[in-house]
Amino acid sequence: MKLELRGITKRFGSVVANDHIDLTVEPGQIHALLGENGAGKSTLMNILYGLTRPDEGEILIDESPVAFTRPKDAIAAGIGMVHQHFMLVPVFTVAENVVLGDERTRRLGPLGFGLLDRRRAREDVLRVSQRFGLTVDPDALVENLPVGVQQRVEIIKALLRDATLLILDEPTAVLTPGETEDLFAVMRSLKESGHSIVFITHKLNEVQQMADTITVIRQGKVVGSMPPTASDEELAARMVGRAVRLAPEKAAATLGEIVLSVESLTVSDDLGNTAVRGVSFDIKAGEILGIAGVQGNGQTELCEALVGLRPAVDGRFAVRGRDLTGHATREILHAGVGYVPEDRQAEGLVTEFTVAENLALDRYDQPPYSKGLALNLDVMNAAATDQVKQFDIRTESIGSPASSLSGGNQQKVVVARELSRSVGLLIASQPTRGVDVGSIEFVHRRIVEVRNQGSAVLLVSTELDEIAALADRIAVMYEGEIVAMRSADVSREELGLLMAGGGAGAGASASAAGEPASAAAPA
Amino acid sequence: MTTTLAPSLPPAASPRTRRRRRVDKKTLGGLVIGVLGLVDIVGFGLEARSGDARLGLTLAGASVHLSPLKLPPGPTAIVAGVITLVLAALWLRAELGKLARRAVIVGSGMLFMLSFLCWASSGKTMSLVGLLQSSVDRSIPIVLGALAGCLCERAGVVNIAIEGQLLFGAFAGAMVASASHSLYLGLVAAALAGALLGLILALFAIRYAVNQIVVGVVLNVLATGLTGYLYDRVLVKYQNTLNSPAVFSRISIPLLSKIPIVGPVLFDSSIFLYLTYVILVAVQIGLFRTRWGLRVRAVGEHPVAAETVGIRVLGIRYANVMLGGLVAGIGGAYLTIGSVGPFGKNVSSGKGFIALAAVIFGRWTPIGAMFGALLFGFADAVQNILSVLGTSIPSDFLLMIPYVATIVVVAGMVGRVRPPKADGQPYVKS
Repeated sequence: MKLELRGITKRFGSVVANDHIDLTVEPGQIHALLGENGAGKSTLMNILYGLTRPDEGEILIDESPVAFTRPKDAIAAGIGMVHQHFMLVPVFTVAENVVLGDERTRRLGPLGFGLLDRRRAREDVLRVSQRFGLTVDPDALVENLPVGVQQRVEIIKALLRDATLLILDEPTAVLTPGETEDLFAVMRSLKESGHSIVFITHKLNEVQQMADTITVIRQGKVVGSMPPTASDEELAARMVGRAVRLAPEKAAATLGEIVLSVESLTVSDDLGNTAVRGVSFDIKAGEILGIAGVQGNGQTELCEALVGLRPAVDGRFAVRGRDLTGHATREILHAGVGYVPEDRQAEGLVTEFTVAENLALDRYDQPPYSKGLALNLDVMNAAATDQVKQFDIRTESIGSPASSLSGGNQQKVVVARELSRSVGLLIASQPTRGVDVGSIEFVHRRIVEVRNQGSAVLLVSTELDEIAALADRIAVMYEGEIVAMRSADVSREELGLLMAGGGAGAGASASAAGEPASAAAPA
Repeated sequence: MTTTLAPSLPPAASPRTRRRRRVDKKTLGGLVIGVLGLVDIVGFGLEARSGDARLGLTLAGASVHLSPLKLPPGPTAIVAGVITLVLAALWLRAELGKLARRAVIVGSGMLFMLSFLCWASSGKTMSLVGLLQSSVDRSIPIVLGALAGCLCERAGVVNIAIEGQLLFGAFAGAMVASASHSLYLGLVAAALAGALLGLILALFAIRYAVNQIVVGVVLNVLATGLTGYLYDRVLVKYQNTLNSPAVFSRISIPLLSKIPIVGPVLFDSSIFLYLTYVILVAVQIGLFRTRWGLRVRAVGEHPVAAETVGIRVLGIRYANVMLGGLVAGIGGAYLTIGSVGPFGKNVSSGKGFIALAAVIFGRWTPIGAMFGALLFGFADAVQNILSVLGTSIPSDFLLMIPYVATIVVVAGMVGRVRPPKADGQPYVKS
């Protein structure tokens, strides 16, 4: 299928999400759409898939114009979409998910109230999965499958509807390195069989590896087409609109004494299952310890336990020799711990509050921010103005609500707040998730500065690039345990393997404990 | 008991475990079962009056006559209590499978009821078949209300307004049947009245994305107020023409109704029971075996995913909420033209809320909800039969039985349940 978009424009209020975008996807081609978060890639694809209607412009398939008012039209035209957040019903089986909306039935009555033909659904899944090497069990419940396999289900779903053009929206964002390789293999086999693929991403190396053509989008406009041979710097510069330094400069670490020591710490998740299993490690002053791992292997719970947001079931941790296990979050923060939580909107900010208020959240009750029962607004605003300048926070004013800021600038507010007091230990969880390249560069530089000033940094990230660029030492977390501790020069392949649980002798202790021990053991 | 011994433990075991003071669910369940056993023995066994309890197994006029079961209340309760205590020990000590756990719960509950009934009817005759028949009859509106709940909630709309739909159905059924002298017309009117309330719920919950709990509560208040007002102003005045409907008569299914015990309970009732069978089976198969059901459940779990494969989310929600109202309306009709005849103020008396509990008890499945409804119907019937038999328990407490049963069941026996993911969340297209 040959797809052409001509002059697509979409406005949301005063914001122009897509500004006269032209795009041509040739048959059998992998066409990468590169751009930062908020550049308008997803809006464009939603228009193409019939989820959103364009204000101007037209879509042509094989030279003839089409108009999609709902996804069904796009599906009928042979377009399939794999959304970044999977469109799968977790409690359904793979086969049920695949046939949903396009079910075959054995007729039972006149109203289309036929019984589902489950056998046929199963066979359909197996047929497609064998043809393209998408191994999956049709009877498995989707919620029990790893994300990589869920993604395969999405692809099978599209292929069974005879999609000849597949849109993959940030497909690698949730995958382990190994799963990413599997996906790339599938993409290649699809390309060979004549399918076109629109590959949306902001990861430069993937684009270079997979794409036949690259279209770069910035602020809703196409800013250029590039061959896959373009260098990282060229692509990044085009994407951001200025030259970018991708890895911060970093001198060798000068290590001081131990700042954070964690001793066989065990933490439960919200459901009471053990999420962190007896983890032990130390971080020294002037060191960045990177914790690599696929999302959901206990990193979140570990960070929350270290700042007192979640009780430790067992074990202890100390900052500068002082045992802080079981202490309140406020005490821990006052002991010189800075915390950049992974979800800035839910935990890092009160999005309805102004920028100035958010910047003072951790010290509003202390002089000079407060005098007696009242807030000293002059001091607060002056400090905020100062921080906005210092941390390059792009906001209309310090009185604007935090929700009006872009993701990158919201993150800068959090970082500014946490780094504006003296911090002996910085815990940064996914500090650059969903943040534009320019802000990533800034946040990374700040983290390295903190470390150079002699603080300890615990950096949790699922992005290997980030870990590799910043960490002095790398710990890999898998199923709640630190399965490996490596120096910074470890190879990506090894890290990828460890993150997928491929390390030697992992799992053994993990599989033993099924449920957390009950409250009172029988005497 | 064991927890108070804690100080004798070596102190260094674990420094920070003070947040885990909660008794886990298994221990709690075992304790509850144990208490049931003790009540069997102490409350009913040792306190029993002399004189056998006679439990009747046939109704008057049955072709096959079984002689009533004669049980000495004291020994019966003590034996039941001992068995229950053994079950409790088993529960606490052994690793039981899901099925075995359910068997223990049901078993200890039935033993408790047995000793209770023997205690209450010692020296008298109580018709066991009559009790069961009345349980089934009383659960009809609850089953239908619960099916309405399943239909709505599986599509992602919380229906608190079941109570109001029952009431509307009861009112419309009585009035139309009385005015038109046609019971079937009354039934149709009741169904439509329920569906009308469903439509209002759908409009506010789906179109205007108002909080569904709030809309539901408001609709209940509306239904109570409106039917109450019309009753006072219209029905009382024109009692003879507008509020004196006939009642559907019993239809005995040939052969099946002759089976001892089972026959009179399950196959000798009005059209409502048979309608309930049909709707129950249809909804169960519909939801889990058909294209329609797959789509409904997808809409209730993940509406965006359903939308992306071309399913009309809002259309399905409208249809299901109205269908639910229709079913609840039929349940409401039972309260008047299926049982007592004329409409009385607030005849539904909380059955809609009990139906809601039955939905949760049954984990949002029609069959499960039916079992929940039967349980509540049974509690209701027991309350009724006890007030007839005359016991030392004050009648106010007897009236509490169905509601206490609801609370105990929902709080204690329904473990971790998972409602449809998008239940109660309005779907707004971007």
